[in-house]
Amino acid sequence: MLASVSRRAILAIYAVIIIVPLTVVAFGSFKSTQELFAGPFSLPHSLSPDNFAEVVGGQNLGSSFMNSVIVTGISVPLTLFLASLAGYAVSRLKGFMSWAIFGFLVLGMAIPAQANMVPLYVLFGRLGLLDNLAGLILANVVSTLPIAVFILGGFMRTLPKELYEASSIDGSGPWKTYSSIALPLSAPSIAAAAIFLFVIHWNELLYPLLFIQTPGNRTLPLALLSFQGEFQTNYPLLFAGVILASLPVVVAYVFLQRYFVAGITAGASKG
Amino acid sequence: MSIHPGTAAKRKAPENQAAASAAKVRRRSPTRVNPALYLFPLPAVAVVAFFLVMPTLQAFQYAITDWNGFSAAFNYVGLDNFVRAFTKDSLFTNALTNNLKFVLLVVIAQTIFSLILALLLTKNSRGSILLRALFFFPTILSSVSVAFIWKFIYDPNFGLANSVLRTVGVDGGAYLGNDAQALYWVAITQVWFHSGQMMVVYIAGLQAIPRELYEAAEMDGANKWQQFKSITWPFVAPATSIVVAYTTVQSFKAFDLILGIAGNPPKAALDILSTRIYSTFANSEFGYAAAQSIIFMAMIALVTWLQRRLLRLTPKGD
Repeated sequence: MLASVSRRAILAIYAVIIIVPLTVVAFGSFKSTQELFAGPFSLPHSLSPDNFAEVVGGQNLGSSFMNSVIVTGISVPLTLFLASLAGYAVSRLKGFMSWAIFGFLVLGMAIPAQANMVPLYVLFGRLGLLDNLAGLILANVVSTLPIAVFILGGFMRTLPKELYEASSIDGSGPWKTYSSIALPLSAPSIAAAAIFLFVIHWNELLYPLLFIQTPGNRTLPLALLSFQGEFQTNYPLLFAGVILASLPVVVAYVFLQRYFVAGITAGASKG
Repeated sequence: MSIHPGTAAKRKAPENQAAASAAKVRRRSPTRVNPALYLFPLPAVAVVAFFLVMPTLQAFQYAITDWNGFSAAFNYVGLDNFVRAFTKDSLFTNALTNNLKFVLLVVIAQTIFSLILALLLTKNSRGSILLRALFFFPTILSSVSVAFIWKFIYDPNFGLANSVLRTVGVDGGAYLGNDAQALYWVAITQVWFHSGQMMVVYIAGLQAIPRELYEAAEMDGANKWQQFKSITWPFVAPATSIVVAYTTVQSFKAFDLILGIAGNPPKAALDILSTRIYSTFANSEFGYAAAQSIIFMAMIALVTWLQRRLLRLTPKGD
């Protein structure tokens, strides 16, 4: 009895600690600064989109949003494509080569982004990849390829070998077998990895901070961060930015909640 | 990707080796390995080699120079940068101390808290599933968003925490404004951010425990604590090592959260290794920043290794 009461109490308190700040942010994004400070919990007087209009237009959050869409929209499929090719090869090759390729690719998981940012910056400078979206895409792909290979390769290894053998007896080449057998069968792990990568790439801050100089080339997290300096305590504007930056992930989460949990935990338990 | 002409030449060598070892395999296995398979991992291998492994190795070279990143000339200075970091640079040792303190705080708090949440939500009732989804939610937000939300909570004048305290007639604190406490408040934010994710890892571990074990223990008259100690804990030990290892790396890299909540560059009380490396880099001390990043990598490796050793002993201890 007592246990069940304290169980409920802990859960209720933590639910409040999560819900209340999020609600205040959602309400606050429609308020003026004064209105927010007068009563953070009250409903907004009106649903005026002024704050959103200001961050989208005046603060270039609109173009940052598009940049984020482009960078994430290319980084995620590209990472999945390269990782699934490698994962497929690893699952079909045998012995030392399979082990060596997998080991080499997965080793990168041990390298934190901060560890090689100086040489990467220099290299990107030489290749003309600074201050453009192509550089961000490449950095995203490289930094997440190891874990994507780990997730996809790990899954593909569990697929029954007989399917591959049957396919090659039917005269299919490796590409045909990859695209018509390995890929469709790996759909669950590809979906999990896709969501994991989406959250990482959409929220990536370090690479934009390192590589991007022109405001027009900023992605959302970087644009948001630069807000902070300009609008120290204009919380309603910051909140409108937070809502805008979170919207795609939140909408996806509401509909694909189960897959998010599976995907991000696959990253956590294997990272 | 035609990024660098050099990569094509580099690819040749492993391919020949690959073909040779494939020939060896052919004799033993009934189905032969199609040589075209070796083309599949090439793009990934080339990208990782050129943009991940090579820059990391290069960091070791830069680390022993005084290069500023722009001038053509630089000197090899041996281990001077490392000596400087540990003996002459109070900003660096401060960031190192902060970082270790932060990691310790977050790892302990988050591991215990996420296990408690998981224990409370193991059963697949509708309410549990709903609460799991809610507790997991913060994980998907960007660090900058989370930082802004908590900056508002902690704002001493207008913030949420102090407004609540004021209504019950208590004077609130300065939170991030108080240098002695600032790191603890950010640690709380980090725990709020990622506990849900670790909770899910624990739930997966807990649900794998056979129910019969508890029934048997109950018949033997074991109380809840004894059941936890002798059934639950040994079973969740593997999940714990995952949670601890992941939380360690995650809190070492709390870079985004710190910059968002404390500004760029953060004040000394909130400076950690990754923000310090970034400041050194932004200050055009490329050689020194590379040395710091190697220390950073070594720290993560050392702490992770230490945890592995310690955690392996825990389940056997009782």
